[in-house]
Amino acid sequence: MTTTVSPPPERAPGRPRRRGRTTDRGFNRAFRWIAVGAGVLILAVLAAVAVFLLQQAWPALTAGSDELAASVPRYPDDTSLLEYVGPLVFGTLLAAALALALATPVAMGIALFISHYAPPRLSQVLGYLVDLLAAVPSVIYGLWGIFVLGPAALPVWEWLNSWFGWFPLFAGPVSPTSRVLATVAVVLAVMILPIITAVAREVFLQTPKLHEEAALALGATRWEMVRTAVLPFGRSGVISAAMLGLGRALGETMAVLMILSPGFLYSFKILDSSQQQTIAAYIALDFPEASGLAVNTLIATGLVLFVITLAVNMGARAIVARRKEFSGAN
Amino acid sequence: MAQRIDVKDLNIYYGDFLAVQDVSMTIDPQSVTAFIGPSGCGKSTFLRTLNRMHEVIPGARVEGTVEMEGVDLYGDDIDPVAVRRNVGMVFQRPNPFPTMSIRDNVLAGVRLNNRRISKSAAEELVEASLRGANLWNEVKDRLDRPGSGLSGGQQQRLCIARAIAVKPQVLLMDEPCSALDPISTLAIEDLIGELKQDYTIVIVTHNMQQAARVSDRTAFFNIAGTGKPGRLIEMNETSTIFSTPAEQATEDYVSAPFLVRASQDVAAVGT
Repeated sequence: MTTTVSPPPERAPGRPRRRGRTTDRGFNRAFRWIAVGAGVLILAVLAAVAVFLLQQAWPALTAGSDELAASVPRYPDDTSLLEYVGPLVFGTLLAAALALALATPVAMGIALFISHYAPPRLSQVLGYLVDLLAAVPSVIYGLWGIFVLGPAALPVWEWLNSWFGWFPLFAGPVSPTSRVLATVAVVLAVMILPIITAVAREVFLQTPKLHEEAALALGATRWEMVRTAVLPFGRSGVISAAMLGLGRALGETMAVLMILSPGFLYSFKILDSSQQQTIAAYIALDFPEASGLAVNTLIATGLVLFVITLAVNMGARAIVARRKEFSGAN
Repeated sequence: MAQRIDVKDLNIYYGDFLAVQDVSMTIDPQSVTAFIGPSGCGKSTFLRTLNRMHEVIPGARVEGTVEMEGVDLYGDDIDPVAVRRNVGMVFQRPNPFPTMSIRDNVLAGVRLNNRRISKSAAEELVEASLRGANLWNEVKDRLDRPGSGLSGGQQQRLCIARAIAVKPQVLLMDEPCSALDPISTLAIEDLIGELKQDYTIVIVTHNMQQAARVSDRTAFFNIAGTGKPGRLIEMNETSTIFSTPAEQATEDYVSAPFLVRASQDVAAVGT
């Protein structure tokens, strides 16, 4: 490295810089407008979606319960819209939470293996494979859930019920179709695994060498090094990764629609059919046959999903922002 | 407590690249041994072989023996984790764990390997270690604050406290003052003088005045050129190295430090 680059000549104070001004400004300006435009576009799209949802949901939001019961199929009498959406919100949150609980530990394990345990070549292959999971269309996951996972998981569900039936989640009866929320949760977990793994892996890889070596030099084994240096450093990053996965699980439509036998109950029985339903699957299921106020009602439930997802993502953002203080960049 | 180290015919490799060639030396217990030499001459690499931190880098390996009181650290039945517990290390940049309090930083090594320690014993150990690192009076009122909130010099002394809390036999220091201001440097140098009562201390330094001030014996490393392995040129009493060295290369380095070092640094950067 013998190339010597002379520093740009210092500009004497008071004398304006001439050279490069016009060309620079042309590109600068164009780039700035492109960047600003892209930023504004995002806001505009978001606002447009919000306005559309509000506008279309409005008739349902303002309609009385009698009116809704008359025009929306399967709408019970004397129920406010909120009471009607409640079980759907419950089902959505339950499915997403279960999927998250299943996926996060596995994703962290894979991410740690890739970042700190596997030999370089294997970890590269594994990384590709995990990313490949994200490329599988959700229809395929739905089919897989019905024909492969469902039958295969049935003995597990029965076992869970016979040993842990006292626990509300595993209370009987067990549906022999296996088209239950437990199966859905496993499929959702597989679907959100790639995003959580990818983010967690990046976070773990960013652990400063300095801190890893500090732990090793104290006589830490590999696992102790991970525990003292890598996990505390990556904690908030893993949380935000999980939030990203949660966002995806909340909105997943096709796989849930295909697998789940829906119901409208506040029910924790995840091994029985016709208990819960998620918002997204509900909209997709009923939309083709809906008309008039029924459409407005569906869109109102969509509005609720939009708000929930927005809240989850903002929560993730807040955690990511808080992470700055713990980055150890000092 | 302190132990003696005998290195015999040590070759250090990164993959196929021979980084340091044929080093033999004896490091006395309860003394300070300084390694000096131009950048890239392998003194830090050599230092890291003394607690097997070298092999953390993929492909790195050694040939030869490093014996501590007659036990080869690279023997087949020796666990590198056990070696590192006996041979503490302080790094170039202070590296307290950012997510831990000052107290937890000091106790970090003790808590490894599921070693249980009672609350009162932990408090005593924290105080003793921090006193040993001349940091107690500055931090005793804020032991629960994060270690990353201290100044650079305080952080480095916290790292020394963390290293001596596990009661090692040997303390390795890899340019411990290069990121510190002169006053913090002085504090660390004073501390090194006190620590040698109890430990065998090996320090790598770029600062020759520092080597002259703190060390009893000095080893001079050099490289013949880019891509060539580093070698131990000579090792002797510090006063001898700086007044009447046996080798011309040593004489050149210690008597015209800036010129030689600058040119060697340029050569090293090119690698």
